[in-house]
Amino acid sequence: MRQRIAGDLRDLPLHGLGTASLTWWGTLAFMLLEGTGFALLIAIYLYLASLAPEWPLAAPPPDLLPGTLVTLILLASLVPNYLISRWAERQELGKVRIGMVVMSLLGVAPLIPRIFEFPALHISWDSNAYGSIAWTLLGLHTTHILTDLADTLVLGVLMFTRHGSSKRRLGDVQDNAMYWNFVVLTWLPIYACLYGVPRL
Amino acid sequence: MSPDSLPPDIRDTDLAPDVLEPELERTWRTPRGLIGALSTVDHKIIGRRYLVTAFIFLAMGGVLAMLMRLQLARPENRVLPPDLYDQVFTMHGANMMFLFAVPVMEAVAVYLVPLMVGTRNVAFPRLNAFSYWMYLAGGFTLWTAFALDMGPDVGWFAYVPLSGPEYGSGKRADIWAQMITFTEVSAMAVAVEIVVTVLKQRAPGMSLDRIPLFVWSMLVTSFLIIMAMPAIMVASTSLILDRLVGTHFFNPAEGGDVLLWQHLFWFFGHPEVYIVFLPAVGMVSTIIATFTRRPTFGYLALVMALIATGILAFGLWVHHMFATGLPRLGESFFTASSMSIAIPAGVQIFCWLATLWLGRPVYRTPLLFVLAFFVTFVIGGLTGVMVASVPLDTQVHDTYFVVAHFHYVLIGGAVFPLLGAIYYWYPKIVGRMMSERLGRWVVGLLAIGFNLTFFPMHLLGLHGMTRRVYTYQVEMGWGGLNLFVSLSAVLLACGFALFFFDAIRSSWIGEPAGDDPWGGPTLEWSTTSPPPPYNFRHIPIVRSGQPLWDDTETLTVAAGLRVDRRELVVSSVAEALPEAREASPANSIWPLWAAIASTVMLISSIFSPWAVVWGAVPIAVALIGWFWPKGTPEDEA
Repeated sequence: MRQRIAGDLRDLPLHGLGTASLTWWGTLAFMLLEGTGFALLIAIYLYLASLAPEWPLAAPPPDLLPGTLVTLILLASLVPNYLISRWAERQELGKVRIGMVVMSLLGVAPLIPRIFEFPALHISWDSNAYGSIAWTLLGLHTTHILTDLADTLVLGVLMFTRHGSSKRRLGDVQDNAMYWNFVVLTWLPIYACLYGVPRL
Repeated sequence: MSPDSLPPDIRDTDLAPDVLEPELERTWRTPRGLIGALSTVDHKIIGRRYLVTAFIFLAMGGVLAMLMRLQLARPENRVLPPDLYDQVFTMHGANMMFLFAVPVMEAVAVYLVPLMVGTRNVAFPRLNAFSYWMYLAGGFTLWTAFALDMGPDVGWFAYVPLSGPEYGSGKRADIWAQMITFTEVSAMAVAVEIVVTVLKQRAPGMSLDRIPLFVWSMLVTSFLIIMAMPAIMVASTSLILDRLVGTHFFNPAEGGDVLLWQHLFWFFGHPEVYIVFLPAVGMVSTIIATFTRRPTFGYLALVMALIATGILAFGLWVHHMFATGLPRLGESFFTASSMSIAIPAGVQIFCWLATLWLGRPVYRTPLLFVLAFFVTFVIGGLTGVMVASVPLDTQVHDTYFVVAHFHYVLIGGAVFPLLGAIYYWYPKIVGRMMSERLGRWVVGLLAIGFNLTFFPMHLLGLHGMTRRVYTYQVEMGWGGLNLFVSLSAVLLACGFALFFFDAIRSSWIGEPAGDDPWGGPTLEWSTTSPPPPYNFRHIPIVRSGQPLWDDTETLTVAAGLRVDRRELVVSSVAEALPEAREASPANSIWPLWAAIASTVMLISSIFSPWAVVWGAVPIAVALIGWFWPKGTPEDEA
């Protein structure tokens, strides 16, 4: 077919941020996917609880301290996470570098009380179905933290190389920050489920 | 990567067409040789691989079906021993659902969606490459296990406790569960790409109400995949955990529940039906519009029907579980919701009939497939309404009536439109036409062969023949009908064989197709057949739902993209206004490494839970290699 040029794309920006970025939408789609997975696991937890004569099955309610510490650390991390996203948007590379170091540390920090969270359940995964679903929920969320931590570390290292100043990579920082918000937010219903439901 | 002869930042407007095309080719091409083939991220090459692989799995699954028909042809037959028969019917179902039906629909989308929305590649092309390798590895895993007498033998839905640690000995059920992981990872990756491609990479001017119906259907399907497939991932993972590390999800003795499996499976399994059917709706709409020479009647109604079906699909799963004795109120609710899905299905059928009525139908092979689809699918829909009612379902549950029903909706509802779509788009993909004469024979053999094979199964079911039995006694009186079914299956198999013959033969000696052999209205017909690596010389501008019918001579386009790097247009979600000139990732070998590392981890984890820990290390390395900037022009801002 003959072609007639009727539009000019010459002056479009080379990379869009936020809703104009493909990775932003991709991250959103993956959040929907993983969010569905977590919602289903919580549904399994409630389903098994609804069938059981007593809940938790053959165990006291889990100790509150380690899980609550994890929750507080995760909530506190939202502040620097918000800041790093803003710095990335304004392309302030120096601040972004500091922010990535802080966020890496804040990715490691919840893993420490998390180690104590598993024994605080007072049940093993192979004791009964309550133990199985509680361990799976905790385990999966731990994987969630670990994958985002790995992502943050790689991106953090990248920020200190010559690639760091590219607008595209700063967009990645923003998407990574958005994903961390998701990691924190998915934890809250899991926390309510693991620690609240046994006390109802 | 940047060509030596050209200065950087050269735009397509600066070059004459005869200089521009070789330069675009140089930027977008897939290098020759093995490494080039393994590194490519071209959606057309990957889509073609997906298509060929899926059809090979169709043929292999067909061979299994014929083996079953051979065994059942007469009473107390001894061709397949019971244990092998269990593997064969499980393999047939799992292969057809997970290695053929879903991947083949996604394959068509991977190839066509970027062309139909007027862009140069899918969003996340490397993820696309990764998804294909994962799919291939999953198929290999399943069939290798079968060849080693380790094939799953628990049915395609692998109900517990049969598939659990107590009864499912050996590794057969684990193979099933891990094949699920492979294929679902692949399907979900493609779904994410399609969603983002459709929402963000449409040609300028292609607002939501101008999106081709096939693209709409794939958008809704992709959302279904994203929302439904986590359920089967959760299910198969908990099954593996029960089998491997002693969790008790499905063990009633320790607070678990066997019905939990059925809930999880069918929360995925019912949307799965629509994941396979909705793309077919899009194909039918496309074919009817082209061969009646008019826009599809009721565009808005069809889009709404697609979305309504997608939503209702999540409210039906319990109708697969009527025989389990659920509370009466729940059963009534799910009966109502199951019947309500007939409403959007009816809207679709009537819109298509109206299009045929108002247009001037040209009865070429693709449209003949659509007519075969109408008859067959409506019969399948009617038996669907029947089994949606609890008393009838209780009577025919797990009989050949159900086998007949779901083959009517799957083959009639999805495979017939798919084959029509292959006849329709083959010229675009291959550059040559398939044979019209053979095509008519294929439609005839398949439509007659199918109905003769599967209609009697309704009767066998009503006579009490349960599914999955490896044989039956003479006194049951099922011998005559079964022999008839088996003979008819030969007719059906001949139809498929002729289709494969035509597809292969036409790639050599088919008539050259030209850009637009059918006079189609959508953007894929504006470029050459097969399309160049960059799809379009310039990005088209769209002013209606049928851009090629508005002006058959001239295509309005937008220009100003860079030539020395892979560049495409990102546009706004609703109105498709251009927002950015985005770089599209270059070829990379890393997706293959990531898939190999994932395969090693997933297969090893069948044997040791620690594989998940050490296996994560190579995956992480491969993903870092994938992500790390290589300093190509595409990595610039």
